Amino acid sequence: MGDLTYIVLIIVKVVVVYMAVITGCAYATWLERKLLGRLQHRVGPTYVGPFGLLQPIADGLKLIFKEDVIPSQAEKFILIIAPVIAFIPGFLAFAVIPIGPPIELFGYTIPLTISDLNIGILFILATTSLGVYGLALGGWSSGSKYSLLGGIRSSAQMISYEVSYGLALVPIVMIAGTLSLNEIVAQQSSVFDWYVFKNPVAFLIFWICAVAETNRLPFDMPEAESELVAGYLTEYSSMRFSMFFVGEYANMITAAAVVATVFFGGWQGPFLPGPLWLVLKVIVFMVFYIWFRATFPRLRYDQLMDLGWKVLFPLALLNVLVTGIILYLF
Amino acid sequence: MTTGAKTMTLNLGPQHPATHGVLRVVLELDGETVLQATSYLGYLHTGIEKNAEDKLYYKVIPMTDRMDYLAPMSNNLGYVLAVEKLLGIEVPEKVKYARVLLTELTRLNNHLVWLGTHALDVGAMSMLLYTFRERELILDIYEAVSGQRMMSSYFRIGGLAYDLPIDLDKKVKNVLKVLPEKMLEYENLLTNNRIWIKRLTGVGTITAQQALDLSLTGPLLRSTGVNYDVRKAAPYSGYEKFDFDVPLGKNGDCYDRYLIRLEEMRQSLRIMKQALNGMPEGPYRAHVPGVVLPPKQQVLTQMEALIFHFKIITDGFKVPAGSYYQAIESPKGELGFYMVSDGSNKPYRMRVRPPSFINLQALSPMVIGRLVSDVITCIGSIDIVLGEVDR
Repeated sequence: MGDLTYIVLIIVKVVVVYMAVITGCAYATWLERKLLGRLQHRVGPTYVGPFGLLQPIADGLKLIFKEDVIPSQAEKFILIIAPVIAFIPGFLAFAVIPIGPPIELFGYTIPLTISDLNIGILFILATTSLGVYGLALGGWSSGSKYSLLGGIRSSAQMISYEVSYGLALVPIVMIAGTLSLNEIVAQQSSVFDWYVFKNPVAFLIFWICAVAETNRLPFDMPEAESELVAGYLTEYSSMRFSMFFVGEYANMITAAAVVATVFFGGWQGPFLPGPLWLVLKVIVFMVFYIWFRATFPRLRYDQLMDLGWKVLFPLALLNVLVTGIILYLF
Repeated sequence: MTTGAKTMTLNLGPQHPATHGVLRVVLELDGETVLQATSYLGYLHTGIEKNAEDKLYYKVIPMTDRMDYLAPMSNNLGYVLAVEKLLGIEVPEKVKYARVLLTELTRLNNHLVWLGTHALDVGAMSMLLYTFRERELILDIYEAVSGQRMMSSYFRIGGLAYDLPIDLDKKVKNVLKVLPEKMLEYENLLTNNRIWIKRLTGVGTITAQQALDLSLTGPLLRSTGVNYDVRKAAPYSGYEKFDFDVPLGKNGDCYDRYLIRLEEMRQSLRIMKQALNGMPEGPYRAHVPGVVLPPKQQVLTQMEALIFHFKIITDGFKVPAGSYYQAIESPKGELGFYMVSDGSNKPYRMRVRPPSFINLQALSPMVIGRLVSDVITCIGSIDIVLGEVDR
């Protein structure tokens, strides 16, 4: 494979994955509104297109044409770059997620992952936690007290869940003996090899932390629309507002994809092509996100910290210890 | 409590998603801990009390609807009972039963909205849509009896505006059947939900002594264990004939108030059942010429009735001089109407004891030293309607 072909291939893959995730974000909002509507005895969007399928596009267009308001009290520069900081990390993490088995095309073998990084898990942990800067800076720079409180909450929350988020993955790394996501997927070729069965505690901790990381109910403290109006988002409008939103949904999709990859065999599955399996598994976890939102009340700020530091963190450490002992003994 | 650092003043409201209208609370915050909470009122002041002094007695009724717009029938009842007392009118049994039936229905309506909005404040957004679905059944009954879904203005001095509709029986029975099932569903979602319990227990705690000092009433007072319900303490409109329990709490926190209100809804259903089964036949207005409108049929055929009708509509009726305080148990607490008459056809003074306004005093002692989230929980738990607070 020549250098040029290689570069072209990478660019093509990046564009395809980027477009897929951004479409995924748009239709995640559609799925959320539709499903939430059904769960709440409503119908959700119906007017734009069949089953309201064009609604996300209409929403996007509407937001683009809205006036972009910058509050007079705001730190203008930070206010402008904060949405970008929140927007990017969700997409970055997708660089290492294996999307399917290698395919043969024009005589080349093309691996269906943008980069088969040998420290894939570390890369994901590193990138996803960057998103908090966007939220904290956005909240602080808005010059509004509600935004400030939202920003503070988000940074406190992200820090306390980041630790358990990472620690939950450690037992899997210990069992798998690798940090590369491609190899972790390769090890889970049958359903019985899924890591969720080998270490369900790790899955539970990771999933709870993933919900907290993405600021979704019952952990949506930074937004908490009944308390902080819209938290760090309060002063944002137009495209900047929607960038935060797309960032949030990209984070959700990434978290769902990581869970599917690490614990549920990634793209592996019978009959259907690999990428489709990954998409299906991601959708299942997106549905869980939405289901949580329709069911749970919101935790309070201090209770959220308690759960993170006093319950999940020791549990994750214990899980690492027990896994270590078992691996040592057998 | 201060850490030496500067505190932050946060203006919560009057435009805020969780202040149930236009309540404005100015919070002094240290981080997220509340050091001081001051309520500022008056954003929905309508001058109903003053306006009443310039209106004929029967024209005040529609204004009372607008105070606590989630419990219009209760407001109507408090007002008409006070005026009836001044006039010395005794209403027929059927009217009493109908009024009990409809005010208990109003209690259900109020508590359903309260449950939905309170749950929404705490973050369980689906509850709002579920409770509003059931509220629709109640609004249908309002519409059937009065033609209006919210501002019913159905009660009249000396009776009701119209006779009860024929299919009321069927509609009320439907509510009696559907609501207990749906309430089980609500409880499944909330009562044993760990997060719900965590958010409500120990939050907004008041002691019995505090509650009495602040003259709180309604579920707020009963959550502290004080057994005071106007329906039992000073029965009106024939409540002494009905068999029902008054649920009491122990801890005086938000969770107790949640349980109490749910139990009150069950008791309301019980009262409604008794009222429906025991509803006597008879006229829907007292026969008091010159004060209560004569039946329409007589107006069309008899000269005397026509004159009375004309007189009452254009000039009202004179009420003997005197004053009277009538309290009723509205869904939010003791709703009182203090009427003073100087013998003319308009009230000399109408003073309302609004439960929302007085209960709102409890907000500050409830939230000091707690977090911003608890402020929202407590506002929801106190159950205020700003229309009534500001009048």
